[in-house]
Amino acid sequence: MADDKSLEVKLESTLDSVDVAEEMIKEFAGQAGFPEDDVHQIGMAVRESVINAVVHGNCYSSQKKVSVAVDAKDERLTIRVTDQGAGFEYAEVPDPLADENLLRKSGRGLFLMRAFMDGVELHRLRPEGMEVVLTKNFRAL
Amino acid sequence: MSIKASTRLVDGVTIVDLSGRITLGEGSSTLRETVRDLVSKGQKSILLNLGDVTYIDSSGIGELVSSFTSVSNQGGRLKLLNLQKKVHDLLQITKLYTVFEVHTDEAAAVRSFQ
Repeated sequence: MADDKSLEVKLESTLDSVDVAEEMIKEFAGQAGFPEDDVHQIGMAVRESVINAVVHGNCYSSQKKVSVAVDAKDERLTIRVTDQGAGFEYAEVPDPLADENLLRKSGRGLFLMRAFMDGVELHRLRPEGMEVVLTKNFRAL
Repeated sequence: MSIKASTRLVDGVTIVDLSGRITLGEGSSTLRETVRDLVSKGQKSILLNLGDVTYIDSSGIGELVSSFTSVSNQGGRLKLLNLQKKVHDLLQITKLYTVFEVHTDEAAAVRSFQ
């Protein structure tokens, strides 16, 4: 793993920001030494998190930003995605693997984050906003 | 790169050749409009060839599911062909591999509609 590094950007609440964030984090993770499969999974988790921030958090508002911060230290990649929306309760998100939910069109983003990352934490911020903290441990090859 | 879609008819089965990314925005809407158009024309045997689809996100998965249900609700069948490994893995972890009929051989897939 490379020396400690960090990066933070503030993005508009647009779909273009989803691609920007994903590519930025994938490049960061690759340079930090993560193998290709991990880089793909990290990128996808960030993509899903930023989609939630843009679409469900900030509701595409031009007045609200999405912050994406990443650092690599202590053998771990940590990504923080923060929006300025109303937030949500995880308990309200139905299990996408339940038989009755398999054919639902939406509701898989958080599940994919959990599937691809070692840690996913959701924090409601005051007075507004949601912070999603994604972590991926570096594994020695 | 977003998605490209073209259709061809083989023995009564409409094969939709997709390439690129099925993601939130243009990718998902292109798939939605393509399948909607086929359904509106009465096509009931639809095979989505995902051989050149390199990436699908949760919105793309949702669009595949939505396409599946809309075709089924019209009495038709929608099946998948040629999944790349990352797409295959995604369908497995979301348990959708149990929902979709997935084929690796086009001729066999076409015959399966008969």
